[in-house]
Amino acid sequence: MIGPYLFANLEEACAMILFGIGFTTLLLHKNLIKKIIGLNIMDTAVYLFLAAMGYIDGRVAPIVVNGITDMDHYINPIPSGLVLTGIVVSVSTTALMLALTIRLYQKYHSLDLDEILMRMQREELK
Amino acid sequence: MSFVHNFPGFSIVLCMVAGIISTPMKGKHAKRVTMAVVSLVFLASLASLGYVLSNGEPFIYTMGKFPAPWGNEIRVGVLETLLASFFSLIMLLSLVGGMDHVFKDVKEEKINLYFILVDLLLSSLLAIIYTNDLFTGYVFVEINTIAACGMIMIRERGRSLIAAIRYMIMSSIGSGLLLLGLAMLYGITGQLLMQPAHQALVAIREMNGGALNVPCLITISVITVGLAIKSGLYPFHSWMPDAYGYSTISSSSILSSLVSKSYIVFLIKFFYRVVDMKGISDSRILNILFVLGLVGMIMGSVGAIRATGIYRMIAFSSIAQIGYVYMGIGLGTDLGMVAAVFHILTHASTKSLLFLSAKGLTDASRNQRRFHYLQGAAFRTPFYGIAFLIGSLSMVGIPMLAGFISKILFASASLDADAGRAISTLVVLAISTILNAVYFLHTVIRIYTPVNIPEEVKDEKNSSPFSAKVALFVLILINFGLGLFSQPITDLIQIGLGMFG
Repeated sequence: MIGPYLFANLEEACAMILFGIGFTTLLLHKNLIKKIIGLNIMDTAVYLFLAAMGYIDGRVAPIVVNGITDMDHYINPIPSGLVLTGIVVSVSTTALMLALTIRLYQKYHSLDLDEILMRMQREELK
Repeated sequence: MSFVHNFPGFSIVLCMVAGIISTPMKGKHAKRVTMAVVSLVFLASLASLGYVLSNGEPFIYTMGKFPAPWGNEIRVGVLETLLASFFSLIMLLSLVGGMDHVFKDVKEEKINLYFILVDLLLSSLLAIIYTNDLFTGYVFVEINTIAACGMIMIRERGRSLIAAIRYMIMSSIGSGLLLLGLAMLYGITGQLLMQPAHQALVAIREMNGGALNVPCLITISVITVGLAIKSGLYPFHSWMPDAYGYSTISSSSILSSLVSKSYIVFLIKFFYRVVDMKGISDSRILNILFVLGLVGMIMGSVGAIRATGIYRMIAFSSIAQIGYVYMGIGLGTDLGMVAAVFHILTHASTKSLLFLSAKGLTDASRNQRRFHYLQGAAFRTPFYGIAFLIGSLSMVGIPMLAGFISKILFASASLDADAGRAISTLVVLAISTILNAVYFLHTVIRIYTPVNIPEEVKDEKNSSPFSAKVALFVLILINFGLGLFSQPITDLIQIGLGMFG
């Protein structure tokens, strides 16, 4: 019963699985770089979701080149616009997280969040 | 179109421009620009509040040349302008109150960066409050997070870096869920503006026999959970104590009183304007928020009792107060929502007062944050002692102060809900009040316990500038104002929520 729905919405299903992978990596992994990778997978999954929903079979991007102004010839440009905006946002978040990671590595010489917490506590006890 | 129509949009742009022109400036000049901008935004928001009140209806300001449902727009009603003016006022007072510490804690060449972050933060707060477009809301939620993270990490101590990365991880999870939810909502409704999206959801409800179908419910819950994580509802609170406890004091005060609240405001807007209150009460999402709010009220207070330092105690108390707000939302009645919004105001004014006065107390105790060293601090700086006392009494809920009115509103709102909610609200409210009293009054008694003061500590006592004391004094006045003249404010909130529908 699930089969036909799954194959009709394969991209969306993939996007959800990817989102889950990214989400758990970001939440549960100890390594900061892997956390950032998880964040990127999570965001990219949403872009896949948006792009897959915004695409309609047999239509083209909404740029008029050969004089066709019929609306049914083109797809809606807004989902693509949202993806672009989202990419900009996630690039800045990633940059900030990477910068923070560099700072933490310079200070504690580790990428493991638990290890960093332990070293910080040891430093405070001194 | 009247000239006042431009004020809200202009305030957002003004903050951004201030951030840009502060880039090459020295710290001192950037500070002046920021203070001027925050005050201007406060006045502009007050003017728009007066305008909306005299007109009796909200107005919509179209950004760009395309009308709805294509273009982007901001919507200005009573509640939005009230929150905007209140938030900018609290931000101004927090900055003035902690200004000398900003200059002490932040490296000299980075002070202008701090003020750029403040400008960005204010612009994103205003945009989240005013926007009528869901995706714009998401973008500004992210800007808000980035600015807040910068304000935590700018102190560049080990603890604050770790607090910043933990804050960033939790926030990224929240915003990932928010983005996913908005993408799904766009897939279902085909709209990004709140009003058209609402109409689409109403149409779905009618087709489906009066209830929302499963995809809509999942979408709404994903967005709700995302915003709840970002605002620090109970099980997602782990980043809060460090983030509030180890950043420079203005940041702590702004973060705890404004940033986490802005996500709640966005959530309330989403509930009222996209899914209406009928749709949201029919779904069971509010039950979850209600239960988590109740648990948060208790667990936050327990954490505060166990805390060994004064900032951690105040930060844990924030978790409990966020629980109060979610409990009010979870009641699912209009009165509950009024109480929740009023508590946002109460908490914003009281928490900034507590953080700033706690800083004054620790300054008089050789910069030690542990309770042991704070003994007798109120005798060393009497003014900060009184300010802390008033903040504590307000949080506990002593009459004449803001916290008392919040608690009365929550209790009377709970009587409107069904019996189970009413009883659990009243019981947890009572327990939480006792717990609040335990840790706040414990601290108050400790700072009022006389000790023999060593000479070198005595010398430090008059180090805080006059302006900081004025800011604290105004915060105390706001607390008394909210407590003594609450009727006009709750009326305004009620009118504002009515305009949301």
